[in-house]
Amino acid sequence: MCGIVGLFLKQTQLEPELGALLSEMLVVMSDRGPDSAGFAIYGDGQRGQLKLTVSGANEAMLAEAITDLGHALGETPASVLRDTHAVISIAARDEQQAREWIAARNDLSFVGAGARMELYKEVGLPAQVARRFGLAGMSGSHGIGHTRMATESAVTTRGAHPFSTGLDQCLVHNGSLSNHNGVRRVLQREGMTFETENDTEVAAGYLSWKIREGATLKEALTHSLADLDGFYTFVVGTETGFAVLRDPISCKPAVMAETDAYVAFGSEYRALAALPGVAKAHIFEPKPATVYAWERH
Amino acid sequence: MPRFDLATVPLRELNAALHALAPTTNETHWAVANPGGKHAIACGVDAPVTIDVDGHVGYYCGGMNKHATIVVAGNAGVGVAENMMSGEVHVRGDASQAAGATGCGGLLVIDGNASARCGISMKGIDIVVKGSIGPMSAFMAQAGNLVVLGDAGDALGDSIYEARLFVRGSVASLGADCVEKPMSAEDKAVLQDVLKRAQLEQSVEAGAFKMFGSARGLYHFHVDNVDAY
Repeated sequence: MCGIVGLFLKQTQLEPELGALLSEMLVVMSDRGPDSAGFAIYGDGQRGQLKLTVSGANEAMLAEAITDLGHALGETPASVLRDTHAVISIAARDEQQAREWIAARNDLSFVGAGARMELYKEVGLPAQVARRFGLAGMSGSHGIGHTRMATESAVTTRGAHPFSTGLDQCLVHNGSLSNHNGVRRVLQREGMTFETENDTEVAAGYLSWKIREGATLKEALTHSLADLDGFYTFVVGTETGFAVLRDPISCKPAVMAETDAYVAFGSEYRALAALPGVAKAHIFEPKPATVYAWERH
Repeated sequence: MPRFDLATVPLRELNAALHALAPTTNETHWAVANPGGKHAIACGVDAPVTIDVDGHVGYYCGGMNKHATIVVAGNAGVGVAENMMSGEVHVRGDASQAAGATGCGGLLVIDGNASARCGISMKGIDIVVKGSIGPMSAFMAQAGNLVVLGDAGDALGDSIYEARLFVRGSVASLGADCVEKPMSAEDKAVLQDVLKRAQLEQSVEAGAFKMFGSARGLYHFHVDNVDAY
């Protein structure tokens, strides 16, 4: 099954409430995906800085690890600890060194990186996951969340959505892909690396690869219609963009609400029912095999 | 008039109260507030009552309906009036996928648009969509009438057994074994009757529709297709 929610703000007024709105949407989708949940939030960013989201056992262990990372980088980076996740701000030029350092530690998992994106995911009921990470208190321009009912791979933190395979890029998926092993092999030959056996990570990697090769998000999603086989509703976030794609037979549900203030996505309408102004929103179902994309500059 | 506010009363209380109704009940008008997109609102009703739902409903609203008239003053989620037996379901907004799926009787009226698979496997229901319908509608339809004032999406009537599909606008494409058919006097009378029951006989001209149905080419195994198996 799985539930997806997404909220992309077109104006700044609602930004302080992004986390609270997304949290409520996510919790409503609990019975579509009670085994794990996750979300990406696009918040503040600083030029020349990169935010790395990593996961570990607990805050104390993560704090020690960040101190160790500081020794390796020459200065202790700023960080925010949230339960099993830490968001570490480093100079963008230190990205490679920091990633290698994280990869060498078997008590840390790399979750995502970007100028603005922070990414949190954990096993457990969506309400618990949202509370542990303090989602309701977060602000930002857009966010994407997922409640998972696993079918394709194990119920683990790393198997939870969103998946991120490129800077500020994340993807959530409702459905299952049937040719992900073949596509993964193609992408690995192209130099992409994968953290899991999960089908959704392959879709995320496919889009990151296409974008790396010069495609826009919209073009990358259009190509995926030919190359990814299976059932899917995808919702994708980039630093400034938000996109939706459903498979050619629209197997998985999707409903959207658009107002002057926001574009919102829900697997079911009830996820959107509490949004401000939704009664007057343009409510529509995305058409199958049609890429919908929004950008904010 | 019984009123249920689903913001404060559990949905199961509403459905249990509706299921307890006798055919001769005097409580013939029910009001439901704050449906909030909840699933299975007023499913399985078997009494000649009217239920007004003030807002958007989730999946399977009015499913299995018998005798009741259910009016949704908003949009409906997946499978509205699924497997309806009789009575009427009226959606004032849009309907999601599989509206009227497997319906055996009764009338489903959608004032807005219906998305994919409208009338899938319909078995005798009459469906009137004042807007347009999405792709793969009337897939494997068996009986009944689908009347669309707007346009139809791709693969209309794929693998259709029987059922009449009346479309006033354009059809993006026809599915396997679905063809346009000449409208006989009997077909036209059937269409006029459905339009009348949807209170459209004054405003909508039956002659403006094209009719589609089964070419009956898939009814029997054809030896030329043996290589496909």
